[in-house]
Amino acid sequence: MIAFWTLAPLMVLAALGILFVRKAVHAALLLAVVMISLAILYADLDAPFLFAVQIIVYTGAILMLFLFVLMLVGVDSADSVVETIKGQRVLATVGGLLLGLILVISLSQLTLGTATGLDDANEGGNIPALANLVFSRFVFAFEVTSALLITAAVGAMVLAHRERLTPKQTQADLAAKRVRDFADKGAHLGPLPAPGVYARHNAVDTPALLPDGTAAESSVSRVLAARGTVRSAPAMAHDIEDLKRQLGVDTAARPGVTGTSGAAASTTEDVPAEHGKHDEGATS
Amino acid sequence: MTEYVVLSSILFTIGAVGVLVRRNAIVVFMCVELMLNASNLALVAFAKQHGNLEGQVAAFFVMVVAAAEVVVGLAIIMTIFRSRRSASVDDASLLKF
Repeated sequence: MIAFWTLAPLMVLAALGILFVRKAVHAALLLAVVMISLAILYADLDAPFLFAVQIIVYTGAILMLFLFVLMLVGVDSADSVVETIKGQRVLATVGGLLLGLILVISLSQLTLGTATGLDDANEGGNIPALANLVFSRFVFAFEVTSALLITAAVGAMVLAHRERLTPKQTQADLAAKRVRDFADKGAHLGPLPAPGVYARHNAVDTPALLPDGTAAESSVSRVLAARGTVRSAPAMAHDIEDLKRQLGVDTAARPGVTGTSGAAASTTEDVPAEHGKHDEGATS
Repeated sequence: MTEYVVLSSILFTIGAVGVLVRRNAIVVFMCVELMLNASNLALVAFAKQHGNLEGQVAAFFVMVVAAAEVVVGLAIIMTIFRSRRSASVDDASLLKF
């Protein structure tokens, strides 16, 4: 009873939420709350097999299917508020309230007496007892179910199938098209240039630099350009002077010079003095 | 046991109102599932009340049928969405003359 009185208000609230939330994803999550609570109620009602099936089939398979279709159809396809039939929403709410009132009032006047309980029926386990019923008295319904499942699977495949209207483009076709474009319009034949790779930044949102220092527009994705998130190389370089001053690096001291000076020292006389000055500059 | 049946009728009513009120076909479908689940709860509660397992077997068959129904229904919704770019139940009124 504790399980019932904690879960029942939760389930009613979640079910009411399905009526009022705007987004279909939220409705699916609220439905998951209702279904898992129902599973716990089944466990409370001596139906351990249905408890497992409810979680596996409903919350596991059916709700996942709902979420997949929501992802395909568009997550944010909200309800339209235009009424096709005038006053339908109000009438539906009034009719629903009436139905609920009639059901609740008449059912709460009902006295069912003390429950027999499933202790006798579940003797030897709930699942063997259910199997005894399914494979003896309900065996015809069980066989018909298999026909239903096959029909459903074939039906879903037929409905989801789409005839190919245009022939499939193979890799050879694409290559031939490239060459044809090159011959007709002089379009670039090779692959597009890679985005810029610099010492401090190598993300795909920085265009590569052409030899004359301008940015190569075709090296960044068109999507990024449309969003306006493409970075420019000068914008990343503007604080290089500040960094140099912080590190105390002399602007004349290039890291490449110290590497080659050892080899140069053996040929000319005045380079070691130059080298020493570089070291001073680097250590100060 | 009465409170289980009352809860199941409340859930059933909410599902029925949802089918009538909501426009998004997928949400309408979720409300149908809610109604099926509510009837399942009543079946399982009555199984305990009467002390035999036939109610549970019936609930089990309802679950199987619901799974098959969801597969076909969602495929239909997908086909409608593909041809008319909308999942609203009001847009599919081809049979109206």
